[in-house]
This record gives sequence, C-alpha cells and structure tokens, in this order.
Amino acid sequence: MSTAALALHQASLRRGRRLVLQDVTLQARPGRLLAIIGPNGAGKTSALSLLSGAASAEAGEVLLDGDPLARIGAEALARRRAVVSQGARIAFPFRVHEAIALGRAPHRGRTTHHQDAALVEEAMARFELLHLAERSVPTLSGGEQQRVQLARAFVQLDRPVLDGTARWLLLDEPVTGLDPAHQVRALAEARRFADAGGGVIAVLHDLRLAARYADDVALIEGGRCTVLDTPAVVLTPERIRLAFGLDEASVGLFLTA
Amino acid sequence: MSASATGIGLRLADKRRRERRWLLGGAGILACIVALAGFGIGALAIPPATVLHILAAQLGLADAAGIDPLHRQVFLAIRAPRVLLGFGVGASLALAGAAMQGVFRNPLADPGLIGVSAGAALAAACIIVIGPPAIIGASSVLRPWMLPLSAFGGGLLATAAVYLLARHEGRVVTSVMLLAGVALNALVGAAIGWLTFVATDEQLRSLTFWTLGSVGGANWASVLPTLILALLAAIGLLRLAPALNLLALGEAEARSLGSDPARTARLVACFAAVAVAAAVASAGMVGFVGLVAPHLVRLLVGPDHRVVLPGAALAGGTLLVLADIVARTVVVPAELPLGVVTALVGVPFFFWLLLRSKRTGQSE
Repeated sequence: MSTAALALHQASLRRGRRLVLQDVTLQARPGRLLAIIGPNGAGKTSALSLLSGAASAEAGEVLLDGDPLARIGAEALARRRAVVSQGARIAFPFRVHEAIALGRAPHRGRTTHHQDAALVEEAMARFELLHLAERSVPTLSGGEQQRVQLARAFVQLDRPVLDGTARWLLLDEPVTGLDPAHQVRALAEARRFADAGGGVIAVLHDLRLAARYADDVALIEGGRCTVLDTPAVVLTPERIRLAFGLDEASVGLFLTA
Repeated sequence: MSASATGIGLRLADKRRRERRWLLGGAGILACIVALAGFGIGALAIPPATVLHILAAQLGLADAAGIDPLHRQVFLAIRAPRVLLGFGVGASLALAGAAMQGVFRNPLADPGLIGVSAGAALAAACIIVIGPPAIIGASSVLRPWMLPLSAFGGGLLATAAVYLLARHEGRVVTSVMLLAGVALNALVGAAIGWLTFVATDEQLRSLTFWTLGSVGGANWASVLPTLILALLAAIGLLRLAPALNLLALGEAEARSLGSDPARTARLVACFAAVAVAAAVASAGMVGFVGLVAPHLVRLLVGPDHRVVLPGAALAGGTLLVLADIVARTVVVPAELPLGVVTALVGVPFFFWLLLRSKRTGQSE
C-alpha cells in the first residue's frame, strides 16, 4: 500500500486506566489541512500524539504513507514530520535564532551550515521574528515563544515536499496565545505549507478559523472520531450544538454565518 | 529561495561561532596562566620561568642543567600533582554540574547541592571506616580504585534517587530537587557524624577531609586514577551536548526531534557520577564549582551545550586551582579546607541565582 497519508486505523489509546481514544479511524492527506476539533478532554491531543508517534496505540495502527509509524527510525521520522505542542517552554536562555536552529538536529551532517542558516532566516521572516533574532527566548511573551516553536517546526522540515515525499506539520492549538493578526498569519503559513504539497494536521479551538483554513475537519467526542468531512458538512449549527453542549442562542457565536 | 537575500541568519550563526571560539581559547589561556601561578606560589616560590624550564626539561626539550634541584623536587613531588589534581577535580565537578543542569533542565542542579557529592562521599567514607569488601581488600590491583569505585556507586544512586523523585510529568520540580538534596546532605551529615564516633584517630583525620575537601594530599598515585576517570567522563559527556540542547526544548520536543531523552538522562547520570566520583574520591566534597563554572560560561556565550560543557570544564578547573592557591596562602603555615574557599564564593552566587529565578519565574 503506497497511499500518501498519515492515518489512524481503529486506534485506541489508554492513559492510566482510562481509555482516552477508542477505535479512532481518520486519515490526513498531503496537500490538505485537517483540523481536529472537539470539546475539552475529548481526546484531540491524544489523537495528535498517536499521529506524531509520541504515544503508541494500544490497539489499531498508525500509518505514515502506508508504513507503521513505529517502524520508522526516530531521526528519519523527525525529518518527515514536525510537532508543535501546547505550552512548550525552553529551559535555558537560548536566543531566538539558536532555538530555531535546533530544528535542524535531525539533519545533522546532511546539510551545510550555510543552508541551515538560510532556512533559519527564512523561518524567522515567515513568523516575523527577525527583529527578535538575538533576544533570549524565555524573555519573550507567550505568543512570541509560540511563533519561535512554529518557526522551529518549519526549519525541521526543510520544504513541504522533499525528495518526492510530503512532510507533515502536526500542530496542537498553534494559535492559542497569538494575537489576531498572528493567528491569521500562522494559519496562512500552515495553509501555504499544505498548498505546496505538505500535510498539516492542527488541533483548533476556533471553529471559525477551522472553517476558513481547513480542507477537512475531524470532530472528536468522548474518545471517538464521530465525523470527518469538509467544513461545510461538519461545522453545521446542529452538529456543533450537540457536540459542545451549546444552546441554540449561543452556537451562532462560534460559527460563521 | 528568497531567504538568504539579507544573510542575517548566517551572520548571526557565525557571530555565535566566533564568540565560542574566543571563549574556549581565552579560557584555555587563562587556565595555563593560573596553572603556572599554582605551580609557582607556595612556601617555596618557583618563578614562572623556572617552572617552564623544568617542564621543558621533563619533556626532553631543554637541558636540565641550571635548575635548582630543590625547585625541581618541590615542583615534581608536590606542586605538579597538586595543581593537576585541583584542575581535574574542578573540571570534573563543573562538567558534571553543567550536564546535570541540562538533564534536569534546571540551572541549580549542582552535584553538591542536590546531594550527589554527598552520596559519593558517604559510600567512600563507609569503605574507609567499615573497610572494603573482601574482594577489593585482597586485590592489590583494585586498591587504588577502591575509593573512586565506591564513590561512583554512591553518586549514581544519589543521582538516580533525586532525578526520579523530582521528575513529574516530564519536567523536574525545582523545589523537590533541592529538598531531595537537603535530605541527602542531612543523611550524609548524620552518617559521617556516626562514623566519626566509631572511627579511630587516623580514620577521623581522613573523615574531616571528606566533609570540606582538599587537594593537599595529592601525589601521583592519587592523581592518575582521578585524571583517567575525569577524562573518561569528559569524553562521554561532551558527546551528549547536542542531545542536551534538544532536551532544553522539553522532553516531548526532544523526542519529536528524533532524540531519546531517557537515554540521554541515563548516560548523563552515569558519566556525571563517574566525574563526581573522580573528584570526591580524591578531594572530598568541594561545593559550588559545578554551579558557578557553567553559569559563568552561559552568561558569556549563551546556553549551547557544545560550548557550555567544554567551557565549564576549563572554567571549573581554573577556579579550583585558584581556590586552592587561596586556601594554602591566606593562613600560612596552615591551610584552609578547600570547601571553605569555594563556599565563600559559591554561597553568595547561589543566593543571587535563587533571587533571579524568583524574579523571572523561570524555574517552577
């Protein structure tokens, strides 16, 4: 099977004694942006950690381009997908350009330091970090640090498509903590990554942003993926009202009319 | 690619590289100058020119004629092993400190503060007073390694205990880490108190040495195992620098970048225990070097472990040789314990770090 996709196939995940994901099947395709939505604690982050290889499924399979994820070496995997998780904090006062350059680690010995520096610069420009390049990361605001993480992930992947294979960007609430302009900018960059042939999977809380930027939306409720389809199909007032337990008056606040 | 149009990325990366080269070069030169001072200063002063002359003669590069035999004797039998041991001890402690700070993701993880030195010292003290196990006691080959080996065991146990206690959901809780150190240090204080109670007079003298540290007893037989172990630890730890950089991003992030944080932590624990054992077995508990030296380097060139580890080793060795010069000159003809001198510098430094981490809220 050589379908280019990152997919969960009837995957289950247990944390402690709790079954946080049960029989989840979903598939993300290159060139598309998949938004994962759902109530707090429904298992969105857990699904993302299965897809990234951070957690391994108790049952079922995680497949990257048809191969079981667990069989891909850690460094090779790091060149094919990058992860931005929630609230990551750097431990020492690395400067912005140094922290972003850490994303080049899986490529050590494969590229020159000129190429690495050019990629770092490109990513800093992408996320408007050039003027902060020499600032120490822990002194930045939460939103700025989040942009550093995003830039690091872009640098980790080189290009949306490399050597004919799509690269994958896995983002857990990537725009939380960003101001509106940077939310739009970050999702536009993710969108561009997908348009250039890469795959993007993003956990999003903002349903309007999901409607605006995603090609597909997966709704996760109570550890199950209940629907995966285009935004027009998934993001209907009725479905959202039921999934999030909203009343009829307030559901309109979260959906594009 | 529109990227390298301005080239600022390359300029920044190259600037950092230059800074690092300057730091390591400067630290190396400083280490040599301080070593020369250490060789020369003492009850019998040996001028730097004479020291260089003796060194050249020993290496067969110069004629030994014209060297005062007393100078030569004092240099070879007393000063050289003492300075080398001091440098090895300081470098080991600083390197262990820098690497452990990387794994704990916390700049306060000093081998002395978190009880690793104490664990090593306790194991060694037990061997001195209670006596070595029969296998080691009988073998003349193992004898010089007896103290380093037991110190290694004690240090490794202490590191593992503190790490497992303080780690919570992928991060290290500073307060638990420091409290675990307090507990271990208290345990060792009590145990050494008890050992002094049962020890003979001769054992007692070597016990006081453990608690405050000294490189005064240096001779070639004690220097060599220390330097060999220190070198072994240095080789092991320096190779882990890139992995420690990734770990700074967080455990999950390091894993997603293809690194294995658990493996990094295990290897650092082992090699750091070797380094601490090398230091403690030959010089007792000398505090704060592992805290101060890595910090000085980070302040100057940032936290990249590829420069912090070697830089801290050079700075730690230099600091300890300096501290030893102070220890043996301020109260001539007596000597201050080395740990007293390092504490005088290290304690204010530690307070400053604590206050700073409180202000910036960097470590929770």
